[in-house]
Amino acid sequence: MNQPGQQTAHAGSGSFIPAPRQDMEYICADCGAKNEIKSREPIRCRECGHRIMYKKRTKRMVQFEAR
Amino acid sequence: MPPAITYDPRKHVGVHAERVSHVSSTNYPGHYPNEDHSWDLERFKKGLTVKIERLSSRSIEFDLVGVDASIANAYRRILLAEVPTICIERVYVWDNTSVVVDEVLAQRIGLVPLNVDPALMDIKQTQNDQATDRNTLVFRLQVACERRKNAPKDTTDPNKLYTNYEVLSSHFNWVPQGEQEIVMADNPPAPTNPNIVLTKLRPGQAVDMELHAVKGVGKDHAKFCPVATASYRLLPLVILNPKKPVPPELAEKFQKCFSPGVIRVDPRTKAVSVDNKKTRMETMSREVYRHPDFEGCVQLARVRDHFLFSIESEGFYPPQRLLPEAIAVMRAKIATIKRAAETLLNNGDNVGDIEMADA
Repeated sequence: MNQPGQQTAHAGSGSFIPAPRQDMEYICADCGAKNEIKSREPIRCRECGHRIMYKKRTKRMVQFEAR
Repeated sequence: MPPAITYDPRKHVGVHAERVSHVSSTNYPGHYPNEDHSWDLERFKKGLTVKIERLSSRSIEFDLVGVDASIANAYRRILLAEVPTICIERVYVWDNTSVVVDEVLAQRIGLVPLNVDPALMDIKQTQNDQATDRNTLVFRLQVACERRKNAPKDTTDPNKLYTNYEVLSSHFNWVPQGEQEIVMADNPPAPTNPNIVLTKLRPGQAVDMELHAVKGVGKDHAKFCPVATASYRLLPLVILNPKKPVPPELAEKFQKCFSPGVIRVDPRTKAVSVDNKKTRMETMSREVYRHPDFEGCVQLARVRDHFLFSIESEGFYPPQRLLPEAIAVMRAKIATIKRAAETLLNNGDNVGDIEMADA
């Protein structure tokens, strides 16, 4: 599910170039805003400056028994 | 139809100050000399009574008279454990960011009663049976909570601040499969109660699930139980001793020993009598036995074959349909036993293993 118009930033000149992947969005633990975390950038919320981020829940299907 | 209360001391379970007596039934062959107590259909029919005392949209109270306790108890147990209903059994979660974790939310969803006629569906033979339109119903549950843009600033009411702040049973969306669209057209599957709160949400949180409902019985899981309660008690009796009437000056005190309405006191003569229509309200507190004044005046008892059933329906069945459903289950069980017995009788010489249905 690649979104056009959004390029994955690759900083540095490493020989290993991973395939273009989906942007990883994180949730600010303080204000709940969506954030992208890029390498070599400080982990910091754009909205409030908080430094703790949560990873989003997987959208993969999980099966449960209603018991 | 026989009268509601028949005075037959053989059928009385004696209730004394500190014990009960004559608990077991005695109407079987060989107990009374020179009396025929062999089972007889005509006699059974004559003694059998079912009378509805009270019926509401969710509960029923009825009298079942003239059967053995084993039969009455069998119906009670079948109601609890073996009358089938439809419930959500599998939950497929794509997203659940609410505070309630997936396992707990799935369990809560399973407990929601659905308004589906179990006769329209087949029971899955094994748990991992192929899901078909005959044995599985599909619901989608997609709810997301968002902030309302035009919410007033000074309010704390989540209903005004956010959309979908609660996930309710009314959010279940039935997705018809195969022939279900036609078969269930006149009564589309949905929860019987649309206002059950399953979890609460805050802005940004969402629930996205697919729910699969199957047919099952209460002995497998309590969520399949068609009744909230199904219980019976024996009819209380208050038997006054004609040889020792209650002294008129103590009539009011005597009346107060029983539940309201059970004892009538004649306003003029102060003679006490029992209101036979209201004895069922007696709590059998045995208060009367505590007063030496009333010693020998009265005997408390219960009628051994008079069952006062009280059933609360929960889910699809209207309360008056529950006993017939239990009887149908009972008859199916008897048919199975009969078939097995006949097989045993016919192949008496070369008895192999007899195929029995899952008991």
